[in-house]
Amino acid sequence: MKESLSYLTDPLVKANPVTLHILGICSALAVTTSLSTALTMAGALTVVLILSSVAISSIRNHIPTSIRLIVQITIIASLVIVMDMLLRAFAFEMSKRLSIFVGLIVTNCLVLGRAEAFARQNPVWPSFLDALGNGLGYSLILLIVGAIRELFGAGALLGYQVFPLVENGGWFEPLRLMQLAPSAFFILGLLIWIIRSWRPEQVEEPEFQIISPNDARHP
Amino acid sequence: MSNLSPINWWRRLLALPNENLTKTLVVAFLVTFIASIFVSIAAVTLRPFHLANLENERQERLAAMVAALPGMSGILTGAGVDDMEAHIVDLASGEFAANIDPATFDQRAAANDPALSSPIPSDADVAGIKQRSDFAQVIILRKDGKLHLVVLPVRGIGYKSMLYAYLAIHADGNTIAGLTFYEQGETPGIGTRILEPEWQALWPGKQLLDENGAAIISVVRGEAVGPFEVDGISGATRTSNGVSNMLHFWLGDYGFGPFLSKLRDGEV
Repeated sequence: MKESLSYLTDPLVKANPVTLHILGICSALAVTTSLSTALTMAGALTVVLILSSVAISSIRNHIPTSIRLIVQITIIASLVIVMDMLLRAFAFEMSKRLSIFVGLIVTNCLVLGRAEAFARQNPVWPSFLDALGNGLGYSLILLIVGAIRELFGAGALLGYQVFPLVENGGWFEPLRLMQLAPSAFFILGLLIWIIRSWRPEQVEEPEFQIISPNDARHP
Repeated sequence: MSNLSPINWWRRLLALPNENLTKTLVVAFLVTFIASIFVSIAAVTLRPFHLANLENERQERLAAMVAALPGMSGILTGAGVDDMEAHIVDLASGEFAANIDPATFDQRAAANDPALSSPIPSDADVAGIKQRSDFAQVIILRKDGKLHLVVLPVRGIGYKSMLYAYLAIHADGNTIAGLTFYEQGETPGIGTRILEPEWQALWPGKQLLDENGAAIISVVRGEAVGPFEVDGISGATRTSNGVSNMLHFWLGDYGFGPFLSKLRDGEV
């Protein structure tokens, strides 16, 4: 039981897919200009991830190795199409704001990564927990980045004005940079820095050692 | 014979090694088949919701455009118009300018931008506006898919101010559906009577052009006679003349003349 719980809790910080594996950051940059879009995207990705992991895990013993990636992509893509259609039917405004990024969940490395690395080799229940954990880990990062960007970029959270804006007679001058994609890189970088200072075991070994000028001259 | 039953066949298939060609093909077929059924069912069940959302969006856009045409909403909603779209017209050729987005086009700014406007020769400048933008927004209203009305923005000098108005014309390119002024600075109580609904109600049904296509609609002193005349406003002769001149200019070659001749030829 303890082991199965770790499937769920590990991806939150210890093995977070975004900050440790740096997976799925394209959408993490694009949809985090406000908390509500980040929330919708996080929910959509978590649902797709859970359903695809469960489906792939349940047929894992019968996926021919030669076409396994195609089979996985087919399952993921079908789920994403249905998710996109659901959003367009029941959350039309939100789906217009998310535009193509829901459809691009297909190409999100996180989903295929969990299918390939975990669900393909493990039973249904651990796969479900792993998918839920990774979905929550991704959601956590998206919500942190989305909250910071909306709070400092528009002085609001979920559309409610937290800081009164200068243009409405308040004191807060919005940081326009926060509404642009680079700010997501900065916030994500700072988050990774904080997490790796707290948990130094996540720091990767450098792939190449810097050689000293002496060694360079006398190889 | 039990070997031929589907259950046995299925068991034997599952027992095949994953590298087997038959199993690969069958699994590939089954996965795509089930996935396509899943997607198809979702598409069919959700289609009414998608259509309702698109219809709502179109209605909202329509309402926003009606709200942006002050005074026109009565004419527009009363006519049973069910579709409305904004286009930018290149005034010189009368063609739609597809490369300009109507949502961002600002005709007043364009009229002051040397790159987007042309000076008007003084003999043609009956409306006294000196410079006009090369492009203008027109709004086309359709009813049952057929062109029903076009709404043209017009302006001209009145007695002491620039008059801004919308002129709505029927699909024949000749019959007025309505004329409403939305911005002016005429003498209160005299020139400002162009804003009165009673006076604006004189316009629908009047004809703009003679058989040669020249604009002959005019505001006359006293009682109007015939389809080309509208009663003048007593005491506001120059405002009345300004309205006539404004229409003559915008219906002429430097205004919407080329566009309206295309409209009459059914090319819009």
